[in-house]
Amino acid sequence: MLTDSDLTALLITLKLAALTTLILLLIGTPLAWWLARSRWRFKFLIEAVIALPLVLPPTVLGFYLLIALGPNGPIGGLMQSLGGQPLAFTFTGLVIGSVFYSMPFVVQPLQSAFNAIGNRPMEVAATLGASPLDRFFSVAVPLARPGFLTASVLGFAHTIGEFGVVLMIGGNIPGQTQVLSIAIYDHVEILEYSQAHWLSGGLLILSFLMLISVYALNRRFSLVSP
Amino acid sequence: MTIEARFKIKRHDFTLDVELSIPDHGVTAIYGDSGCGKTTLLRAIAGLEYSQDAYLRVGHSLWQDGAFFIPPEKRSLGYVFQEASLFAHLNVRRNLEYGLKRVPQNDCKVSLERAIDLLGISHLLERSTEQLSGGERQRVAIARALATSPRILLMDEPLSALDLKRKQEIMPYLESLHDELKIPVLYVSHAPGEVARLADHLILLEDGKLKASGELDNMLTRLDLPLAHGDKAAALIHATVAGHDNEFNLTYLDFPGGRFSVAHKDLPVNHKVRLRVIARDVSLTLEHQSHTSILNIFPATVEEMTPEGTAQVMVRLLIQGVPLLARITRKSASILALEPGKQVFAQVKSVALLS
Repeated sequence: MLTDSDLTALLITLKLAALTTLILLLIGTPLAWWLARSRWRFKFLIEAVIALPLVLPPTVLGFYLLIALGPNGPIGGLMQSLGGQPLAFTFTGLVIGSVFYSMPFVVQPLQSAFNAIGNRPMEVAATLGASPLDRFFSVAVPLARPGFLTASVLGFAHTIGEFGVVLMIGGNIPGQTQVLSIAIYDHVEILEYSQAHWLSGGLLILSFLMLISVYALNRRFSLVSP
Repeated sequence: MTIEARFKIKRHDFTLDVELSIPDHGVTAIYGDSGCGKTTLLRAIAGLEYSQDAYLRVGHSLWQDGAFFIPPEKRSLGYVFQEASLFAHLNVRRNLEYGLKRVPQNDCKVSLERAIDLLGISHLLERSTEQLSGGERQRVAIARALATSPRILLMDEPLSALDLKRKQEIMPYLESLHDELKIPVLYVSHAPGEVARLADHLILLEDGKLKASGELDNMLTRLDLPLAHGDKAAALIHATVAGHDNEFNLTYLDFPGGRFSVAHKDLPVNHKVRLRVIARDVSLTLEHQSHTSILNIFPATVEEMTPEGTAQVMVRLLIQGVPLLARITRKSASILALEPGKQVFAQVKSVALLS
């Protein structure tokens, strides 16, 4: 069965995934809205940057984040000069890394959901007296509901599954930065296959359930609203 | 009190450049071929198209003047789009309430109940928008626009996305809007039939420019405009039901130039109707024919005539000031020696009741 350190790793993983998803929804929603609406000529540059984690090996991303967040890096250095700690090998550092790493999984579904709504419902809302912010929350967000569901679950699940980035910037400090995927790796390293089985099987079922619920719910949404 | 508008809007392959004055009452049709800028003009009035080179005043309130621009949500208007565009995440009632909640309550002159009543949608309120037919969706969209008690109602070809059956289903509601509403309605259309049934005034656009504007019955018969030419050229006559003849089963319709007798229509006396008289159904004689099967004969004055193709002539007549079109052959015109000012008798072979 699960040991205490396994349980701690599970909790850290869930906390990391929840926090990352929340932050990504907060910054990803306006970003996706802007990407869906803007006619700026160089928009594609931003889109490419957001999509980078899809193609980069996580270790590459993790390596650059490690440098940036470390005491000599721009962000870590800034933190230190403000009297704080460098962010490498901390939980905060993990959250920052995960936000970058899972960004496309949140932004892209939201962007396509906003694209699919089109401009017409927003114009209708405007002629009915709704201000831009009002119509965003009363029309765009409810109509993009399937996109929000997909974005949340993909962001959450993808963060749970990350390994390379965490290994590079979080290290493997039990109780602080050790997440589930790394705990499994450790178990296998020292041939604790039954522990690895428990954790891997649990993760497999959890991921599968989450994806099932996304697809099932999105199917229901699409039946209700075209 | 009128609506004064001037817009110069450049889009990549098209320029709208108009200056016009729109009556503050009745239905004004914005008419023209597709691509002439009708929808762009309507959208500009709503504030959905922006350009610096514009001026718009609705009654006493200035909506746009150069850089001064009131955004659409602050303009007191109702807008009905080509497709109903109901909010899919709200049911019918909440669609109707969406705009209502967002206007100051003391501005509510048309109550929600009245809008629901006018469009006959009270039985649909709890439905989801998915469960509505195309015609019902458009009726809900119109009621939703009216529920905000707008100062002006803008409609962009509200029937064009519907099939003939749905059009006929929704037409009576539009006609009752025309009779009941006190606010001006701008109605974009490229269907002459809709315009003839609904409009009082007409704005004719061509290639982004104002070609002409004025009262509908006058515009339809102006020989310098395309409307008064071709097979479908027809005059519009406003008449009232004067009575019925039970012996021959006829209905009498009075207009300022006289009385039409038509096959019996089940309409109350004093009911207002619109008559459409197609130009090719009108023939001309110099003397009043008494030995004829034609019942509707009126003394008229030739006002103007232009060639119609190589063999025909379109004649604009006035019957006590009411314009009428007659399309006759060039040969007949020559035999009758027609010229402006000549007194003739117009024989109307058939009349269509529009409402």
